[in-house]
Amino acid sequence: MTAEIITMGSLNIVTAMPEIFLLIMACLVLLVDLYLPAEKRQLTYLLAQLSLIITLVLMLMNPVTHTTLAFNEFYIHDPLSQVLKSFILIISFGVFVYSRDYLAQRNIFKGEFYVLGLFAIAGMMLMVSANNMLMLYLGLELLSLCLYALVAYNRDNAKASEAAMKYFILGAIASGMLLYGMSIIYGLTGSLKFTDIATAVATGTNSAQHIGLVFGLVFIVVAIGFKLGAVPFHMWIPDVYHGAPTVVTVFIGSAPKLAGFAMFMRLLVEGLGGLQADWQQMVIVLSVLSMAVGNIVAIAQANLKRMLAYSTISHIGFLLLGIIATTPDGYAAAMFYTISYALMALGGFGMIILMARKGFEAENIADFAGLNQRSPWFAFIMSILMLSMAGVPPTLGFWAKVAVISAVIDVNMVWLAILAVIFSIVGVFYYIRIIKVMYFDEATENTPIECGRDMQLTLSTNGLAILALGLYPAALMALCVSVFK
Amino acid sequence: MITLSSYLILSAILFAISVAGIFLNRKNVVVLLMCIELMLLAANTNFIAFSHYLNDSAGQVFVFFILTVAAAEAAIGLAILVVLFRNRRTIDVDELNELKG
Repeated sequence: MTAEIITMGSLNIVTAMPEIFLLIMACLVLLVDLYLPAEKRQLTYLLAQLSLIITLVLMLMNPVTHTTLAFNEFYIHDPLSQVLKSFILIISFGVFVYSRDYLAQRNIFKGEFYVLGLFAIAGMMLMVSANNMLMLYLGLELLSLCLYALVAYNRDNAKASEAAMKYFILGAIASGMLLYGMSIIYGLTGSLKFTDIATAVATGTNSAQHIGLVFGLVFIVVAIGFKLGAVPFHMWIPDVYHGAPTVVTVFIGSAPKLAGFAMFMRLLVEGLGGLQADWQQMVIVLSVLSMAVGNIVAIAQANLKRMLAYSTISHIGFLLLGIIATTPDGYAAAMFYTISYALMALGGFGMIILMARKGFEAENIADFAGLNQRSPWFAFIMSILMLSMAGVPPTLGFWAKVAVISAVIDVNMVWLAILAVIFSIVGVFYYIRIIKVMYFDEATENTPIECGRDMQLTLSTNGLAILALGLYPAALMALCVSVFK
Repeated sequence: MITLSSYLILSAILFAISVAGIFLNRKNVVVLLMCIELMLLAANTNFIAFSHYLNDSAGQVFVFFILTVAAAEAAIGLAILVVLFRNRRTIDVDELNELKG
């Protein structure tokens, strides 16, 4: 490679302003928190929330009429990154709102939660904006390392530390696989940049090179499967979701799915689009197994966090359907599904946080018995969330399922669509069971639900947004379609 | 002159040893951490070999970043290990079975 002179023009720092700002703020929050007495810790929280809002504003100010590259083409700003990053920031804002009371009640309201959270968000944003395998890897590690630490955040909890260990080991194996795959792709294409890889794959590969590329591809698909939690690489999801503090579960279960989707799009669609026929086969297997295992095993769960973990696995299967179609409409459908799922997961785990109080985690399905007698409004919100996850109209989840299923029908994979419908019907059973428990079972306790006004307001908005977006899905759908035009 | 394929075979062997170590080891979490490091080193060997034979420095730069991240990862892994040991008084892989279902 010839030596390139780094000029301010090719650095193009302004484009990456949102990330730079967020990283500076994360460091600032860390420093400020050091000098704050415990009773003023609220300031850390407010500062973290403020930095998320300003980052969002900075990003929306960036024009996306055309693709902008920065940092010598390491960083890309395009409609895909703009939309995904906006939702990552909005969802993370919700996670932080949900976290405050929960952490305070358990005497673990510390600045570390917000610092690690901000760094994880920065990692996700870098992943979404990666235009180079190195950048993607660094973003992924920044996210993962923060999440490992967050799972072990409540350090006196034996379950949480076991979950953290399992998450760490499996996550590190996935990173190792990803690197090994990347090294092979690098060796055969001679570049780390996605656009150059795409050109190298498209122009002349002999059969020996093709076998080599597919060999590397297998490792990359395995790694993405691990990170997204697709069967058979799903083992960590139930244990981590169950063992982690619920506020960390809601974080892991929502925004990182958007980053995982971006990782898939950047690596496999933009970089290795030429090997589409090869990865499509592998992803079909992942998708069908995820839908089957996720929906069937979820039925047997008595723990709500575990049930939602298996439901995550099944949703990942549905999300992959859109990508399997390998059409712009399919990618748009998968993106729509990911965004919908992240919003639903935020609300679903948010309900568990709402019900929990000091010394009581509300993580069993039985803890929701008779919720309608205790709080009709939140029973209603929970019903919306469950119906949406099940894919019942007129909620957002219904349109998401319609979009991915029609995407695979469009490419004549009707058998896949039939399987998807069968498994989503299986899934309806365990979601409806929650609604039955809430409305028809006797309440085992009658303590009123105690939590802050901000939490109640955000959770209500979260639930109603899913209903509203379900009634008027056109705007969000148009946004997703415009990304892949 | 050592050929590229020799390096690739070496790294494939390292990778296979690390994967075998992860799946066969049922006793000690520390051994798992060592296997993960070995896996990253296998990828590093690949990157450096390719970088040398392609005459492209990007692969070697990547290796520096991997080494740095691996150090951070080991730090977090050992920290979690300490927390785990304080809570459970064991780091036996087989006894990490409180969460299941």
